[in-house]
Amino acid sequence: MTQPFRIPAAGRLDPQKVVRFTFDGKSYTGLEGDTLASALLAHGVHLVGRSFKYHRPRGILSAGAEEPNALVGIRRDEARRTPNVRATVQELYDGLTAVSQNRWPSLAFDVGAASSLAAPLLSAGFYYKTFMWPKAAWERLYEPAIRRAAGLGVAPHRPDPDRYSNRFAHCDVLIIGGGVAGLSAALAASDAGARVILADEQAVPGGTLRFEAGAVIDGMPGWEWALAAAAELRSRPNVRLLNRTTGFGYYAQNMLGLVERLTDHLATPVPDAPRERLWQVRAKRVVLATGAIERHMVFPDNDRPGIMLASAARAYLNHFGVAVGSRIAVYTAEDSAYAAAIDLRKRGVEVPAIIDLRQDPRGPHVEEARSLGIEVLAGCMVVATEGWLRLRRVCIASGEGWRRDIEADALLTCSGWTPAVHLFSQSRGRLAFDPETQRFLPGQYAQDAASVGACNGTTGLAPTVAEALKAGADAAREAGAGAGGARNIDAHSGDAWSAGFLGDAPAAGRMAFVDFQNDVTAKDIRQAVREGMRSIEHVKRFTTTGMATDQGKTSNPHGLAIAARMLGKPIPEVGLTTFRPPYTPVTFGALAGHSRGKLFEPTRRTPIHPWAESQGAVFEDVGQWKRAWYFPRSGEDMHAAVARECRTVREAAGIFDASTLGKIEVVGPDAARFLDLIYTNSWAKLGVGRCRYGIMLREDGFIYDDGVVGRLAEDRFHVTTTTGGAARVLHHMEDYLQTEFPELKVWPTSVTEQWAVIAVQGPRSRDIIAPLVEGVDISDTAMPHMSVREGRVCGVPARLFRVSFTGERGFEINVPADYGRAVWEAVWAEGQKHGACAYGTEAMHVLRAEKGFIIVGQDTDGTVTPGDAGLSWAVAKNKPDFVGIRGLRRPDLVGSGRKQLVGLKTTDRRKVLEEGAQIVADPNQPVPMKMLGHVTSSYWSENCGHSIALALVQDGRERDGERLFVPMPDGAVEVEVTATVFFDELGERLHG
Amino acid sequence: MLLIYCPYCEEERPELEFRHAGEAHIARPANIAEISDEEFERYFFIRSNPKGITFERWRHVHGCGRFFNAARDTVSDRFLATYKAGEPKPDLSGKGAKT
Amino acid sequence: MAEIARREPALEGRACQGQGISLSPAAPASRLSLRAPEASLAGLSQALSLDLPRRPKSSATKGPRAALWLGPDEWLVIDEEEADLAAICAAVPALHSAVDISHRNVGILVSGARAEEVLNSGCPQDLSSRAFPVGAASRTVFGKAEIVLWRTGEEAFRVECWRSFSDYVFSFLEAAARETS
Ligand SMILES: [Zn+2]
Repeated sequence: MTQPFRIPAAGRLDPQKVVRFTFDGKSYTGLEGDTLASALLAHGVHLVGRSFKYHRPRGILSAGAEEPNALVGIRRDEARRTPNVRATVQELYDGLTAVSQNRWPSLAFDVGAASSLAAPLLSAGFYYKTFMWPKAAWERLYEPAIRRAAGLGVAPHRPDPDRYSNRFAHCDVLIIGGGVAGLSAALAASDAGARVILADEQAVPGGTLRFEAGAVIDGMPGWEWALAAAAELRSRPNVRLLNRTTGFGYYAQNMLGLVERLTDHLATPVPDAPRERLWQVRAKRVVLATGAIERHMVFPDNDRPGIMLASAARAYLNHFGVAVGSRIAVYTAEDSAYAAAIDLRKRGVEVPAIIDLRQDPRGPHVEEARSLGIEVLAGCMVVATEGWLRLRRVCIASGEGWRRDIEADALLTCSGWTPAVHLFSQSRGRLAFDPETQRFLPGQYAQDAASVGACNGTTGLAPTVAEALKAGADAAREAGAGAGGARNIDAHSGDAWSAGFLGDAPAAGRMAFVDFQNDVTAKDIRQAVREGMRSIEHVKRFTTTGMATDQGKTSNPHGLAIAARMLGKPIPEVGLTTFRPPYTPVTFGALAGHSRGKLFEPTRRTPIHPWAESQGAVFEDVGQWKRAWYFPRSGEDMHAAVARECRTVREAAGIFDASTLGKIEVVGPDAARFLDLIYTNSWAKLGVGRCRYGIMLREDGFIYDDGVVGRLAEDRFHVTTTTGGAARVLHHMEDYLQTEFPELKVWPTSVTEQWAVIAVQGPRSRDIIAPLVEGVDISDTAMPHMSVREGRVCGVPARLFRVSFTGERGFEINVPADYGRAVWEAVWAEGQKHGACAYGTEAMHVLRAEKGFIIVGQDTDGTVTPGDAGLSWAVAKNKPDFVGIRGLRRPDLVGSGRKQLVGLKTTDRRKVLEEGAQIVADPNQPVPMKMLGHVTSSYWSENCGHSIALALVQDGRERDGERLFVPMPDGAVEVEVTATVFFDELGERLHG
Repeated sequence: MLLIYCPYCEEERPELEFRHAGEAHIARPANIAEISDEEFERYFFIRSNPKGITFERWRHVHGCGRFFNAARDTVSDRFLATYKAGEPKPDLSGKGAKT
Repeated sequence: MAEIARREPALEGRACQGQGISLSPAAPASRLSLRAPEASLAGLSQALSLDLPRRPKSSATKGPRAALWLGPDEWLVIDEEEADLAAICAAVPALHSAVDISHRNVGILVSGARAEEVLNSGCPQDLSSRAFPVGAASRTVFGKAEIVLWRTGEEAFRVECWRSFSDYVFSFLEAAARETS
């Protein structure tokens, strides 16, 4: 298939390297190195999308990342459908499938375009004003309808199958932008031996040298110099050149976010290559060489397909070898657009006229244009354009009043160049307005950075190169690298630049677009000012100008100038909207990086986990841990499995994986003194080999954590914490040791993962472990409840605890983690002989609730004191100090009316309350009812034969025997307040 | 992501290794059990939360594990100084801090 | 007498070889978390037959044994021949805390020309040999896990993490190692 607008002699692509692609189902060809936009233009296709609000036909405006219009969907397969891809940056690959967006049923005939006829109704602020009332209608009616009509692209319905990667990097000098300025700075900085990273968003660096036909650098055509410079940089070990990499965010202390695109340009992505890689670069010095962005002219109907930026047409011609039309007019208020007309004319394209808003444009470029037979219409303006799906005619008026129509299928516009100060501004640098050139330029720097070239307002090739070389060398020196040789680069170019023009060009008309992507016109901005918006931040929010995904790269200065003119204020007084990351859209994939699926966050498993898995255990998440929840046998549901596990523990024995329990070894001569300060209990008199249940408070007097502490030696304690509390308790201990009690000679060390913990609980527990234990007398007399011994279990070193969280005789075997599974299996084998079962966390919860043992974080919530929880016995009465001692004496904590932990029994013994349910005295009182408290734990107790619950109830202990109510949607549940112990009230089973 | 100079590691390290730990220079009263309600309120609940220079505790929790103090400007988010626990507030004159 | 239980190390059987990168679990080793004040270092160093390093981010190695500076009063001592480090320190009368953490930690060996960049996929520190030379050791983070990182050679690192985080750390390293471009 021929490409009618490809000019064989122009451009740098190889005509032999043909690539096939489709757009909206139609097949096309392009050349290797094309963007989707350049390939479509080679076929004369300008119409690529519909606008967001009015559904107006839109073409390709630019040749770069600033593109507001040419957004398409790219589809590789069902899961890989990327919406809102800028056709101007999407590199072509063989088999690429692109579809237009925001149109129905087709791009050429779009029903939604009717809203264009209703445009007067859709003026600025329309959404805010119209859809305010009634409130419910917003959710049900307006929002869905607006979303359907206004959607930008379609997201895929399947999970993203691609991989994304992350890299932290450090360097001396980071350079953003690989145009002539960035390349020069990188050469100078790396000459000096600095570690340099150069990031450029294009496939090949070179920046505007892609289209600046007249540039000559070091005796070479500019583009060839750029290729040579990139090759030289790539060969240096101290330089990392990142192609297809956008610097999207500039954060504190010279940290920049870059996103590198690795596979979006490939026909067949390499299987192991990530699609994108996020670079988090910390640089000693940053050189911003981000260039400038050309602005369009704002005039009536300036959005028709075929109307584009002059530099874009030049890039399509000089780099891609594509003429963007066959009869191309130019509308400008700036010198650089002349070069586009001249280049096109020289390639044989008809250029009927250059319409120059300025009264008296002068210079060699004007002469050259005239000498090529191009009519220069000075002091003229475009008052209208015609053509629905493609530009047909440009209507011109002169200052003197004559009018004229010019037939043209393309119109190139330029009102000047906006320095790309986005990253500078993100770095918290202060922008300064230059009234002479009407530009915001980098003013005061907040970080160690420099701007060079067009983003710094420097025009002309030679000054740019000189500035960049100096900045590169300076940055290297400031970063501590040596001094490089004084590099000189000879550069000159015939291109002319001038200040340009801001705001809308003088001409009447409605549809003079400032922001193409959000369909904001000059009239909308005036209306915003008329309705009272004074700051550009308000104008922006009222009109949505600059708020689309392109963030107003081509439009913001226009909007600002129009508002300023209306307000009669200088531009800086109206303000500048804040530049925020990202500079261009960044995928969620890039930000997530490796953190998805299995790597989303660590999943912690105990050494015994594989055994539980092989037994068909159901697991629950406890923080990052996976814990065996219950072990269903065939035909059992959760209820049946838990009931059986609870019964078996009390009738025979149960084996439980308690490895996740937090464990801290507290060692040092002051260990007991330290525990005296950290816990409410007293530790000095605890004998070696004995254990004690301890409560830890915060200074405010509320329970922070609890657990059993065993004394292994005079100066060594084995402290246990809750599973979830392990890390914060260690942090808490270190905090007090380092900052409040530094004189204490003691250190805490986490040993949570050193030990696998196998709890064996139940009347047969001692019989089960007896054959496995060596060197420890485990008889009741030698090893009573709450004691600890060191010995061997299954031949490996063990810490054996006689403790119980079930109320039964119980042991906890601690063995080094790598032996955990083998020892568990040995215990299991012995357990089988005694009718024991494995039990999970649910049975553990029920069994401890039957005994009224609290779980910190479930029965307490950070507002519960030991007294509230019925644990006053664990608070030493005569210690001079412990953490929380003063907090506990606060008037609110000792007064009446505290919520106290009590037991609840339902009148209907089978009814299991809901945890979290509220408790009231009278269920028939009017709403809002007076809440007395809430249920903290609630279970069916197979061993008691009725449901059991723990609850925090106001003055609960005084209400023993009282009837209260738990209001639920299907009626109030009657409960009786009881003590917290439901089973074996005398605690005889611990020893029997 | 900030870089924070750890006075114990003697170099700047990424913020990801640190944890903020509240306002600095609030000593736990030695006779805490005896202090009045008002004194306890001041010690435990009242914090200065200034706009400008703030003194705060950090812990190099995923590094050397040490708690240390920092002077930070809450307007610019810049660290003006970090120093070891127990050391007095540093002299910040000439640090260009705004209060 | 009970049979001696079989040891089942975490990451048993895991390995990853890629272009310029090799990942493997380290062999079981004995490990000590050692805490001590300055005054005790001479006695402890003598008992351990190596000079406990006093400089941040550094280590000392002698034969199969190494001591990594983790904090001003904290060292990670590793003995690849599984010497009973706790017993060695127990004989030292000087003030200290020695806690056996041989099973708490898992070692992962990361080596090859790409070792630095593979580690930088999750570790935010500057790992260039200028900032993190051979012998450098530091507690830090890797993704969402805490690790101790120790550079044992120009292109060789040892990662130590807690046992239950080892699957996450190893899998993350594998994902980064798989990247070929
Ligand atoms: Zn540190």
